[in-house]
Amino acid sequence: MVHPVEIESVDDVVAGLAAHEYLADEGLATAVFLAMTLRRPLLLEGEAGVGKTEVAKALARWTGGELLRLQCYEGIDASQAVYEWDYSRQLLHLRAVEAGGREVVEDELYSERFLVRRPLLRAIDYRGDVPPVLLVDEVDRADDEFEAFLLEILSDFAITIPELGTFSARVPPLTVLTSNRTRDVHDALKRRCLYHWIAHPDFERELAILRVRAPKVPEQLAEQVASAVSVLRALDLYKPPGVAETIDWAEALAALNRDLLDESAIDVTLGTILKYREDQERVREHGLPAIVQAAAARHA
Amino acid sequence: MCASTVCPRSCKRPRRAMPELRPMPASPERMVVAFARVLRRRGLDVPVGATVTLAEALARVGVDRRDRVYWACRATLVRRPEDIDAFDEAFDAFWLGHVRAGSQVVVPVPVTLAHDAPDPDPGADPGTDAEEPDAARVTVRWSRAEVLRHRDFAAYTAEEFAEARRLIADLRLAGALRRSRRVRKGRRRRGRPDLRRTVRRALRTSGEPISRAFVEPSQRPRRVVLLCDVSGSMEPYARALVRFLHAAVVGGARVEAFALGTRLTRLTRELSSRDADAAMASAARRVLDWSGGTRLGEGLRAFNDQWGQRGMARGAVVVILSDGWDRGDPELLAVQMGRLQRVAHRVVWVNPLKATPGYAPLAQGMAAALPYVDEFVEGHSLASLETLAEVISR
Ligand SMILES: Nc1ncnc2c1ncn2[C@@H]1O[C@H](COP(=O)(O)OP(=O)(O)OP(=O)(O)O)[C@@H](O)[C@H]1O
Ligand SMILES: [Mg+2]
Repeated sequence: MVHPVEIESVDDVVAGLAAHEYLADEGLATAVFLAMTLRRPLLLEGEAGVGKTEVAKALARWTGGELLRLQCYEGIDASQAVYEWDYSRQLLHLRAVEAGGREVVEDELYSERFLVRRPLLRAIDYRGDVPPVLLVDEVDRADDEFEAFLLEILSDFAITIPELGTFSARVPPLTVLTSNRTRDVHDALKRRCLYHWIAHPDFERELAILRVRAPKVPEQLAEQVASAVSVLRALDLYKPPGVAETIDWAEALAALNRDLLDESAIDVTLGTILKYREDQERVREHGLPAIVQAAAARHA
Repeated sequence: MCASTVCPRSCKRPRRAMPELRPMPASPERMVVAFARVLRRRGLDVPVGATVTLAEALARVGVDRRDRVYWACRATLVRRPEDIDAFDEAFDAFWLGHVRAGSQVVVPVPVTLAHDAPDPDPGADPGTDAEEPDAARVTVRWSRAEVLRHRDFAAYTAEEFAEARRLIADLRLAGALRRSRRVRKGRRRRGRPDLRRTVRRALRTSGEPISRAFVEPSQRPRRVVLLCDVSGSMEPYARALVRFLHAAVVGGARVEAFALGTRLTRLTRELSSRDADAAMASAARRVLDWSGGTRLGEGLRAFNDQWGQRGMARGAVVVILSDGWDRGDPELLAVQMGRLQRVAHRVVWVNPLKATPGYAPLAQGMAAALPYVDEFVEGHSLASLETLAEVISR
């Protein structure tokens, strides 16, 4: 177990994450290093499937901190994110007490016993020695009001519950926010955070990721897949394949006992790498042989 | 390659090998402050807080390795991928003391009318003139505001424009409604029970949940995405239409605005200032190709790649305000319109020239785009913008 403050250099981050199956490049590792040492939240943006969410998961595995994930969506509010009262249990309690012929005092109902702790509260009021990893995933899906609220919490790492008082973190949780940029995250929130744009990996890194994440895939096939994927990304696709799709594709091909990426292999597995029918059509139109050639030409 | 347009794709290129950093002549803090100033001059928004963070960051990563300094600066000073190119240039110039070839400020394209076909022969449309109502006779029946409402923007005098600005500012846009997962307090007794309110009421009635509260799913307006052509041929309309964009952005929570010319420029942020004149000024600063040429296909491709694909256009009402005069490849325009239409709830094309007789067949861009348009409306006057607002909301 590593305490976040014990790391000394960016290289420690590269090594620590790699030991937990995440291969970070220099830029991402520097941003993570700074987030850990300066104790600032880290906002990660990038296309779908480039490995944003996985950063937080790997960090939790590495540091030994609990992973607390807050998945954002349109309409999310404090009751999902911070805390909520367990109303059904409160009602039951109310009935039981009254059946016993006693008056109910409001304080009794609004005690920790009836408190449902959601990820943000748990991240701030954590038990244990290692600060948790707080993952605020896909923050671009929440709305402005929620962002403003998040900003407040990420500024003070304190939460006040009127009935119970204020909770605050001894050491702030290691916080990672992700966004797909379906809309801009508010500037004030961005200013609170360190920022890193995760781009699609280059050929070498993608191949290395395949070796780690899909170890059963033969080396030559992995190479061809990695280069075919970079060819596909250069076409005008509606959804260019992310790393997740690269892994799926390589595994699907290996499962079909293919050890070469030829036309027929692409033909039967196209759906695992391209999720939209329009994109599949587009690539067929472009010509599968052209993809095979381009992939092969790359390191001939 | 793309100095001010959004271009996350270009950012995946690895940093190329660069010479060593210049020795720091001054303290890190002073260097940091000076570097921030250079970035601001290039249009990046660098708050003071960020420079303080950078100084702390440099203290952690050290200043002896160029790549570490670069990434520490990026993590603390850049918050949008579209700023990366400008940042890289400034970084090279400041820390390494050299300027990249061809990286000078983009010179605006000279004003040209982007006609893609010879001028229409004025005599080619016999008959239409005769059917036009006699302007003088009509005006006597209309109030001043009414005249203004129907007058073509291109024919406005300066005073009329000043007056119209107020009227445009009052226009409001709201996307068509769709159901959302957010719930609101229900007045009717159906839907999920609202336990929070029920408990509060039960407390008042000593424990008996006699009146149960209900919540019901509410309806949320769809996102509206406005793409306004600001090329030379649109000049007579662009100033009014950009004011319209401003009113829309300020008035609606889920409105996005872009300028389309030879490049794509996102204007939502610039136009979100309540002060219309300040908003116009900062939009004008941001759009480098104002009154230049048109590359509709490329602009839409940039939109699809950088925004649409990530979800901005999904389920949205997408509105393109353009005369459809295009110098680019009509084939590309058609392909990009197709991509857009597949994800959008509806695609509306607003053409200020639609009302002009004999116009339609002349613009090949328009012809290429039309098969992918759900609604084709006018946009040359206040009245037509009001109609547009209605079209968007249904
Ligand atoms: N650098 C990397 N090292 C190891 N595995 C990676 C890396 N990048 C991505 N992956 C793999 O890719 C998969 C997808 O990553 P992840 O779910 O984190 O993407 P994301 O950016 O959060 O995508 P989305 O935007 O769809 O949520 C992960 O399961 C992980 O296995
Ligand atoms: Mg994710």
